[in-house]
Formats: sequence, structure tokens, C-alpha cells
Amino acid sequence: MDMVTQTLGIEGFRMIAGLIGVIALVSVNALFLIWMERKVAAHMQLRPGPMEVGPHGALQTIADAVKLMGKELITPEEVDRPIYYLAPIVVFLPVLLTFLVIPFSQTMIIKDMNVGIVLILAFSTLTVLAILMAGWASNNKYSVFGAIRSVAQNIAYEIPLLVTVMSIILMVGSFRLTDIVAAQSRYWFILVQPLAFILFIICATAETNRTPFDLPEAESELVAGFHTEYSGMRFALFFLAEYTNMFIVSAVAAVLFLGGWRGPILPGVVWFLLKVYAVIFLIMWFRWTFPRVRFDQLVTFAWKILIPLSFVNLLLTALALKIF
Amino acid sequence: MITSGIEEKTFVLNLGPQHPSTHGVLRVLLEMDGEYIVAAEPVIGYGHRAHEHMAENRNYHQFLPNMGRVDYLHALAFNQGYCMAVEKLLGITVPERAEYIRVITNELNRLTSHLLWFGAYLMDLGAFTPFLYCFDDREHILDLLDRITGSRLTYCFFRFGGVPADLDEDFIFGCRAFIKRLRSRWVDYHNLVTKNVIFIHRTKDVGVFTKEQCLLYGITGPNLRGSGIPYDIRKSEPYSAYPEFDFEIPIGENGDIYDRYIVRLREMEQSCRIIEQALDKLPNGPIMAEKVPKRIKPPVGEVYQAVETARGEFGIYIVSQGDVKPYRIKLRVPSFANLSLMVESFKDNLVADVVAILGSIDVVIPEIDR
Repeated sequence: MDMVTQTLGIEGFRMIAGLIGVIALVSVNALFLIWMERKVAAHMQLRPGPMEVGPHGALQTIADAVKLMGKELITPEEVDRPIYYLAPIVVFLPVLLTFLVIPFSQTMIIKDMNVGIVLILAFSTLTVLAILMAGWASNNKYSVFGAIRSVAQNIAYEIPLLVTVMSIILMVGSFRLTDIVAAQSRYWFILVQPLAFILFIICATAETNRTPFDLPEAESELVAGFHTEYSGMRFALFFLAEYTNMFIVSAVAAVLFLGGWRGPILPGVVWFLLKVYAVIFLIMWFRWTFPRVRFDQLVTFAWKILIPLSFVNLLLTALALKIF
Repeated sequence: MITSGIEEKTFVLNLGPQHPSTHGVLRVLLEMDGEYIVAAEPVIGYGHRAHEHMAENRNYHQFLPNMGRVDYLHALAFNQGYCMAVEKLLGITVPERAEYIRVITNELNRLTSHLLWFGAYLMDLGAFTPFLYCFDDREHILDLLDRITGSRLTYCFFRFGGVPADLDEDFIFGCRAFIKRLRSRWVDYHNLVTKNVIFIHRTKDVGVFTKEQCLLYGITGPNLRGSGIPYDIRKSEPYSAYPEFDFEIPIGENGDIYDRYIVRLREMEQSCRIIEQALDKLPNGPIMAEKVPKRIKPPVGEVYQAVETARGEFGIYIVSQGDVKPYRIKLRVPSFANLSLMVESFKDNLVADVVAILGSIDVVIPEIDR
């Protein structure tokens, strides 16, 4: 142990431990979220959901994952092979990297960077590149549609998301996620920034391609959008990335608005996860309640309503900070 | 898109025949400019079963089961149309109780069809949950109909001269309980779906059918009534026991998807009213006409009978040459006309609207293909 810490330094050791932890968390989290989604959906739809494998179907996702691993990896004839193979990996890498700065509790953080929130937003944008790669390389019109929609949507929703986050940054005066949590020692930011929270949740839903903004993969229009041509584990990686993305945006929401790991009695990490899963539940609730918006409406909504609103919110925050 | 040259302005997108939103094996070739549609061409016939030709090679009884399979969602209306046409040829009068049973089961079947449409349509729009609520409701009707007719989907219940099975107390009780339950559910449907902002934005002023277009293309059913023309065969050419009931024909104003949706929902309410009245007034008596010949051999003649199905006017034209087999049967199905206009209305819309319009027409593909 000493030798490891000597050669790597305490930070290096922390990185490796963190990486192992993150990979474990990502897999377990995805397994849990898929099960949770199915259960939430089922109970909203008057049915019990998976019940057969394990207690209340808890092991169903593991069974599904095993099945997916056993599936043949079908590569269609006409695909652009290098890009086609690379896309599932590219979609997953930035997702892993964002975990670098998420503070699970006061001490449970791999690297407390002073640009934490910027890093997360930058990496989560990279997902769109992978979607574009997948859509383009699949050589399928439906997939290209999905990819194009995804790019337009991500550009449109990135702006209000950033501006909304800016208003929180203004209040705290730091990009460091631990500072943001520390600033919420007296009250959660959701109380003073309710509009920002709503805007953030809307943008986050769009960023993670969830209903009502799930246009890139609208199954009733585009069959499955950008991942139509992917099968087996390659498809599973897209799936995994989607659910992990959901975890990340919810974690950011928890840090920015819900006081991060703060809470009485229970340890910080428990509070943090509780808040994250509460936000995830909210996003799942949207999915099983709302119809899908149309593509032009989606973009119009972003540019004509969300962006002005987020700027108004930013201005009001700046004014309020100046006055008080 | 990738293989076509850059200088090409439009490309063809193949929608179907296996696409989750074509509700069967419909194929539509869409000529696209980006996400906008320039022209659309339906390719039909994947489910062609030559029903009309089958009729020519079977006797009248043997063709009866076919009628449940043309429009599998509102099979009883097709049963009724065919039976009424043959009865007209033979000059049989159906007893009153049998007519009432026909109306009750027919309206229940209409409810199943509309409920299925409601759920499936919202699924097209991306809302998955209403689908299961509708199926939950629909299940109750299927159980009721199963009790009387013996089947749950492709009914073959009506006979020439009446119906083979009588209603029992459990059915009548179950029917009343179901209508009460369905009425309580509508509040939820309206709150969650009709008033949903996203739903309204997706459906208002999209896929508009003008009155002129509807008349030109021979549109019937809720699609026509959504455009504001109160044409319903149950009222305009009353048949069976329908003249004895008090019900309205809901109509829309603009002829957009939203109006068609509202018309269907309100039609379900009217169906409930008809069923309630029929159960109240249910007369006693035989359920089968006397002296129906075992071997149907109608006199030489021609007959046309139209009935209102959940999708519009179903007309059946029978030419008899005094043989045990019909000389010719022509089925006039509503979905075929509806599909023609639908393709017109695709132009200048988005792919997402194609799905929305296609669903709102409520086409049943086997009915088009016959």
C-alpha cells in the first residue's frame, strides 16, 4: 500500500480507486436505473412490471445484459466501418470522465477541480458527436434523421442550460462543485432560483434525449433513430450511456439546486444519491406522462422561450446580487 | 441519403411496410426535402386476401367468417352489414330482440375500436401510458363480448335472421358496470391527454381536411364528421334498431387532428348512451327469425347495404343469380377512401406529422387490402 502511494502519490491512488469506483457505479447504476424505469413505467401503467427474475424482478436487467452480451454483433453491409465501430465507445468515454468531478460527499470526490461544472458541461456535449457518428455511419436514412435532430436539439438546449448554470455560478462565484454545495449551507438554491431549476430540468431532459424531447430516437417515427443499426453490446453501450447521462444531469441538478450531499442524520453520500434518484424519478415521470413534441416545436421552444427566459433569469440574478 | 448525389434536392424515404406506426403492413414512399414531405405515395396490398373473390367461391354461410377479418377491429359492423344485405335478398325480418342485441354488441365493438385507436394514437405521438389504460378498459368489453359471442377479436356472431345467443343477466349487469366505469375514466383521459399542451400543439391545425376535400374523396366516418359534416349512416339511413335510440352525432369544426380526436371521444360517449338505452328497452321475444332456410339460395337480384363502422361507411353490394353462391360481392370499405385523402394531406408536413396524421385517420390495413 505504501509503495503504491509513494509511486503514484496520494492523488494518483485516489484517481485509480476512483476510476474503479466509477466503473462499478456506472454499471450498477445503469442496472438499477433500467429496473427502476421499468418499475416506474409499470406502476404508472397499471401493471406490475418485471416480477420473475429475482425479488420483484430486481435481477431482470442482469438477465437482459447477459442476453445482450450473447447476441450477435450485426454489422450491416453498407456502414462506414471505422466510425460505426467507434461511435459506441465515443458515446461512453465522456460519460465516464464527467464522474471525475462529481462530489458524492464532502470527501468522496475523485478530483475537486476548480472548473468542475465547466468540465461536466463540456464532456456531456461530446455525446452528441457520438450520436452524429452513429447516425451517419449507419448509412440509414432514419438514423441520419435521428442524428441531425440530435445535433440541432443539443445546440438549441445547450445554450439555455449554460446560461441557467451561469446564474448559479454568479451566486457562488466559483466553478468548483464543492464550493457550490458549500454555498448552500443555509438554504438550497432551488428556493431562490425556482425558475432556474425548472429551466435546468427541461434542458436536462432534452440533453439526455428523454420524452418529451426524445426526438433522436423517437421509436414511432424514426424506429429507433441513431441506434437502429446497432445490436448486442454495441446497442447496450448506447443504452448504458443514456442512463448514465441521466444520472449525471440529475447529479448536477442535485449539486446546483438541491444542496448536494447536505442533509441531516444520514451520511452525505446517501443524501446525495437520494436527491439524484429523486430527480431521475421526475425525469422518468415525464417520460411516462407526456407525448413527444414535434421537431420544429422543440427547436422553437428552445430558441424563443427557453433562451430568453434563461437570460432574464441571469439578469435578475445579477440585479438581485447587486442590490442585496 | 448518403448514396444519392449532393445535387439532388429530394430523396425518398421508405416508411413501412414494417414500421411501428403504420399499424399493419402499409408502405408509404415519402419524397422528402429535408424533414418536409414533397410527395407521398402509398403502396398497398401486402395484406391482400381476395375476400371478394373468396365470396364467389363459397356459399353465403361460408363467407360469414370472412366478414370478421376484413376490419378486425370493428368486426361486428361488417357482420351486420353482410347479414342485413343477405336478409334483404331473402326478405327475412329480424326479430326485435335480435336487432337490439345486434346494436348492443355492435356499439360495444365500436367502443373497443375507438379505445384501441385512442391508445395506439397516443403511442404514435410518443405517450406510451394511455395505451395501457385503454387496453385495461377494452379488456372489460372483450370479456363481455367473449361471453356472448365466443370470441374476442374476429367475431362471427350474427346469423341470417338474427343472433345465435341471447344476452344473460351477467352480461347486462357487466355492461352497465362497464359503462359506469368508462364514464369515470373519461375525466382522467381529458385531464391527462386532451388538455395536455404538447398534445394540443401536435394536433391543432395539423392534417386539416376541408369539407370540399372530404366530399371529393368520399371520406366517411369520424374523419368526415371531424370536418363538420354530420353524416352518419345510423342517422341518415337508419338501419337495425338505431331509429329507436336517442343519440347525437358529434362533429368538429376545423377538420384537423384534434377535431377528429374529439369526435371519436364524444362518439364513445354516444355509444355508451345507445347501449344504456338498448339495455333499458330490451324487448322480450325470439332472437332468431322463423323459417330461415338451412340452405341459403336467394332469388335473382342485387342489393346494397351500408352500415356505419368505427371508420366510416361500409357498404356491401351483392349480386345474386339465384345460386347458392353469390355471383359477385363488392365491399366498399371506408379506410380506402380515407387513405387516399391522407396521402394528399401529407404534403408540406414533417415526418412527425405523417405519423400523427396516419394515426388520426385510424386506418385498418386489412380493410384496405381486403
